[in-house]
Amino acid sequence: MSVLTNNLDLFLRAFAQTLQLFAISAVLSLVLGTFLAALRVSPVPVFRGIGTLYVTVLRNTPLTLVFVFFLFAYPLLEIVKIEPYTAAVVSLSLYTAAFVCEVVRSGINTVPVGQAEASRALGLTFVQMLGNVVLPQALRSVVPPMTSTMIALLKNTTVASGFAVFQAGTIRDSLSEQGENVLLGLLWVAIGFVVLVMPLTYVQQVFEKRWSVAR
Amino acid sequence: MSMVLFDVPGPKARARHKVMAVIGIAAVLAAVAYVIMRFIATDQFSTRRLDWINYKQIQISLVEAIGNTLSAFAVGAVLALVFGAIFAAARLSDHAWVRAPAAVVVEVFRAIPLVIMMFFFYYGLPVAGVKLSAFTAVVLSLMLYNGSVLAEIFRAGINSLPKGQSEAAYALGMRKTQVMTLVLLPQALRAMMPTIISQLVVLLKDTALGFLITFEELLRWGTRIGGDAVSFGRPMISVMIVVAAIYIGLCLLLTWLANYLEKRNRRNKKVVKLDGDRPNQVQLAESSAVLGSGSTL
Repeated sequence: MSVLTNNLDLFLRAFAQTLQLFAISAVLSLVLGTFLAALRVSPVPVFRGIGTLYVTVLRNTPLTLVFVFFLFAYPLLEIVKIEPYTAAVVSLSLYTAAFVCEVVRSGINTVPVGQAEASRALGLTFVQMLGNVVLPQALRSVVPPMTSTMIALLKNTTVASGFAVFQAGTIRDSLSEQGENVLLGLLWVAIGFVVLVMPLTYVQQVFEKRWSVAR
Repeated sequence: MSMVLFDVPGPKARARHKVMAVIGIAAVLAAVAYVIMRFIATDQFSTRRLDWINYKQIQISLVEAIGNTLSAFAVGAVLALVFGAIFAAARLSDHAWVRAPAAVVVEVFRAIPLVIMMFFFYYGLPVAGVKLSAFTAVVLSLMLYNGSVLAEIFRAGINSLPKGQSEAAYALGMRKTQVMTLVLLPQALRAMMPTIISQLVVLLKDTALGFLITFEELLRWGTRIGGDAVSFGRPMISVMIVVAAIYIGLCLLLTWLANYLEKRNRRNKKVVKLDGDRPNQVQLAESSAVLGSGSTL
């Protein structure tokens, strides 16, 4: 307990940083992922191809590799200098966007065919149909799997530990510098994540139950 | 790809699509061209920076690194499958005193980031006097995390079967174990195979996290060679392209296996056809399990 109480400030700052990293990456990946999903169901074959290529490449690449690329390889190209923190946000967003895309796309598939047909009969364009009719309905059934994608993103922020980005995963470094008990420190970090993730899992299960009955 | 969201394009739409296709291709090409220009401007593919490919020592170490990644994957996968099977069985048990602890274990290990688990085993346990090798730490973490996810997949698979299956088996006088092993498991495994394999793809990708605890796997090899400023002038870009290609190749191979199994499964007549409103529900349960696992990233 003393490990936590003595370093409460460190723990709070680190977890706040984790949440910040999570929040920014979540918003970015949701936007990019939805856009990619729109590409993947678009009538233009080339757009579908681009979307599929992106998702295939990013989904089959380890997140750590994406991090290594943006933190070690990208600076060698001397394009725009970015902070490690920004690089972490970019890596997390790009990687998670591929998974968000798949979730949204599977959500679009759950919307009954008649909805799209009816919108076409009313003369809506593809973008109108997607934005006003299909996506709003798709997002409903997408909440449970999207929550687990976001939970995964929250946990994945710890990958940044290997790249000198301060967050919950780097608490260990600070503790071992101070000669504190690392074992207990890591236990507290683990408990912190359980505390953060459990409510989300609970919400997800509630939604899942409610909406699986509704359909 | 369904044609549900749009009509078969007419002449006008086709012309419009062609224009958009040209714009799309141009945008992607522009981005790629810019990156390649930067590659050339910073001289990433000079002979000095590509020289590492020619060294026998490095080639051997590459093979060793891939071997390390694959052995961590293989051991981790087997352990995770066993762990998952045991805990799925425990969670489906009729006895609350077996069910409850298993549920807690599965939920907790699903909630802890893999990185923290690896740190715990590699940096934390030595404090308590237990010293584990990086390989053991990686494999143990992979087992606990992916095992818990797999336990949920197995459970979802068995729960998605129609109730009539177990009822009929009980009516025939089978015991609990017989019902599970002879009736439920074979069907559930067949239905869950693609999901299990995609979770194994996740496991394969997660071996790269061993990088963070100095496990000598493919990615660590890549940063070592790629960071070598003295003999090769930091060939990080070329090395990382090779490493990424290897990872993507390995994962696609596994994914291809998953698709192959799914296709074969679809042809299989032994799969139960579900009637009425059941398919919808089962599909939902299945797809949520698929997504739930796939999104563990």
